[in-house]
Amino acid sequence: MNVLTRKSLDIDAIRADFPILQTLVNGHQLVYLDNGASSQKPLYVIDAMDTYWKQTNANVHRGVHHLSQKATQQFDAARETMRVFLNASSSKEVIFTAGCTASINLVAQTWGRTNIQAGDEILISTMEHHSNIVPWQLLADQVGAVIKVIPMTDAGEIELDVYEKLLSDKTKLVGIVHVSNSLGTINPVKEMIQLAHKAGAKVLVDGAQAAPHMRIDVQALDADFYVVSCHKMYAPTGIGVLYGKQQLLEAMPPYQGGGDMIYTVSFEKTTYAELPYKFEAGTPNIAGVIGLGASVEYLATLGQQLLGDSEGSLSQNLDACFGWIEEREAELLAYGTAAISDISGLKLTGTAAHKAGILAFTLDCAHPHDVGTVLDNQGIAVRTGHHCCMPVMTRLGIPATTRASIGLYNTFEDIDDLVAGIKRVKELFG
Amino acid sequence: MSVELRELYQEVILDHNRHPRNRGKIEEPTGFAEGHNPLCGDNIKVYLQTAGDRVEEVRFEGSGCAISTASASLMTEAIKGKTLAEVEAVFREFQSMVTETGEAVEHPELGDLEVFGGVREYPVRIKCATLPWHTLKAALQGEEDRVSTE
Repeated sequence: MNVLTRKSLDIDAIRADFPILQTLVNGHQLVYLDNGASSQKPLYVIDAMDTYWKQTNANVHRGVHHLSQKATQQFDAARETMRVFLNASSSKEVIFTAGCTASINLVAQTWGRTNIQAGDEILISTMEHHSNIVPWQLLADQVGAVIKVIPMTDAGEIELDVYEKLLSDKTKLVGIVHVSNSLGTINPVKEMIQLAHKAGAKVLVDGAQAAPHMRIDVQALDADFYVVSCHKMYAPTGIGVLYGKQQLLEAMPPYQGGGDMIYTVSFEKTTYAELPYKFEAGTPNIAGVIGLGASVEYLATLGQQLLGDSEGSLSQNLDACFGWIEEREAELLAYGTAAISDISGLKLTGTAAHKAGILAFTLDCAHPHDVGTVLDNQGIAVRTGHHCCMPVMTRLGIPATTRASIGLYNTFEDIDDLVAGIKRVKELFG
Repeated sequence: MSVELRELYQEVILDHNRHPRNRGKIEEPTGFAEGHNPLCGDNIKVYLQTAGDRVEEVRFEGSGCAISTASASLMTEAIKGKTLAEVEAVFREFQSMVTETGEAVEHPELGDLEVFGGVREYPVRIKCATLPWHTLKAALQGEEDRVSTE
C-alpha cells in the first residue's frame, strides 16, 4: 500500500472515537488489550444503532409502512457493505447469522449433512478454535465421518507437507482458521485452499480474527465458505456473517425453518425463499446488522482520510484502511515482541514468521490467572486461559497462557504499560 | 499495588503457592477425586486416607493458579487428623467466608484459611479457592465422576 508512505492517521483522534477508552479501571486509565476476545465500539457504530432504535425501528422485509421500509433499506445496505468488505461477487452470498459459531454450525448441518457420508474425512488443524472443532465432531458422529487433524510446529505453524499428505479423495472438507486466536499465526489459507481443491475438497475458513486486521478477499482466496464474527471488528455482539459460494449455498437445504425464509407455505408443501433469505429464518438482529454496516463505514472513513479523496469507493477506502492497520499492528507487534522477550522467565507462545497482533505468553513464576488479576489491578485488560483452544494448550504442554491482543486504537504506550505490568507480577510472585 | 490486591495475595498464599505442602499422590487411597474448572483449565487430584471417621492423610496434585494451589495446600494442612464432621464444618465456614457479601466478618475458627478472605472481592476467583474443597468433598463421598466448577 504505497498510500501509507504518504499519509498516516492521528491515533489520538481514533482513540477519541472510542469513548470506553476513557474508562478508569482501579484508578488507571483502561489499557484494552483483549481485542481478540471482543473489540470496543466507536461512537459511529453506537450512534448508528441508537439512531435506528430512536428513529427507524421496525421489522424488515414485511411492512409497507414508512419505518419498515427505512429499516429494510438500512438492513439491505449493510449486506451490500459486507459484500464489498469480503469482496463477494454477489450479496446473495452474504448470510447474516448470530456469529462465527452459528455460521460454522449452519455449514456443518446443511452442506455437511448433504455432502459428507460415512467414511468421509474432515480435516481441521490443531490450532482451531473450539467453534471450528465441535460442530464437525457433532457432524462426524451423526454421519459416521472421520476427523483428521493437521498438525502444527512448536512455533505454531501449519505443517504443510503433512497437510498435503492428509488430503485424499476421502477428504470432503477442510476447516482452517485464517488467523489463530491463541497464537496469532496467519495461515497460508490461499495455498491450503488450492491444495484442498486439487483433492476435490471444499474449504471453510474461520475469519473471526482475520476480519479486524486485514483486507479479506474471498474471491482471491477462492474460499468455499468464509465466516466472520462481527463483534471482533468493532461491531456489536450477536451478529456474524457466513459467506458461501452461490452454487454451494443454492444446493444446500435450509438450516432453520420459519418466517422470512419461505416463498410459499402450505400444509402440503412449502417452498423456500431465494438466497440469502433461505438461511435467515425469523426476525434478524436488525440493530446488529446496522451496527455492522456502520463499523465497516467507520473503517472506510479512516481509509478516506488516508487517501485524502472523498470520491474513493468503499472498496478503495477499505484497502487504504487495512493497509494502514496491517502496517501499524505489525509495528506494535514487533515492538511488543522485542519488549516482552527481554523479560526473564517469560516464554512467548506462538512465534510464527507470519503473525497478527497477538502476544501470548507464559511466565515461570506466575499462573496466567494471577497475571491477569495483577494486570487488571493496573487497568490492563488481557485474556487468560486456554482461549477456547484446548488442543493448542495440550500440543504445547501448557495449561493456559496470558494473551494481549492488539486493536485499531492501541498505542506503543499500551505495550509499555503491559511490560511494566508484567514486571509488577514478577515482583509479587518471583 | 492496591490494598485489595495485597489482601488477595497475602504472604501465606504466596508462600504456599511457591512451596505447596502435601503435594503428591497416595498409593491405594481410600478416597480419590479429580476436579476441573473448564473456564480456566485448572485441575486438581485429591488423594485421601481415612481411618474410621478421621482423615489420616491427604495429598494433592494438579496445576492451577496461586489461589487454587495455595488453597489446596492449606486445605490439606487444615483437615489432616480431623473427623469427617469437622471437615464438613470447616468446608461450610470456608465457603461462606469467600462468598459472603456485605461487611467482612472475622473467621478466627478457620485459622490460616482466613487468608482467603480477600477472594470475596474477586468474584471470578472464588472458584479457584473452592475447587480443592469441592474435589475433597467428592473424594470423601467416593464420587467417581470428575468434579466441575460449572
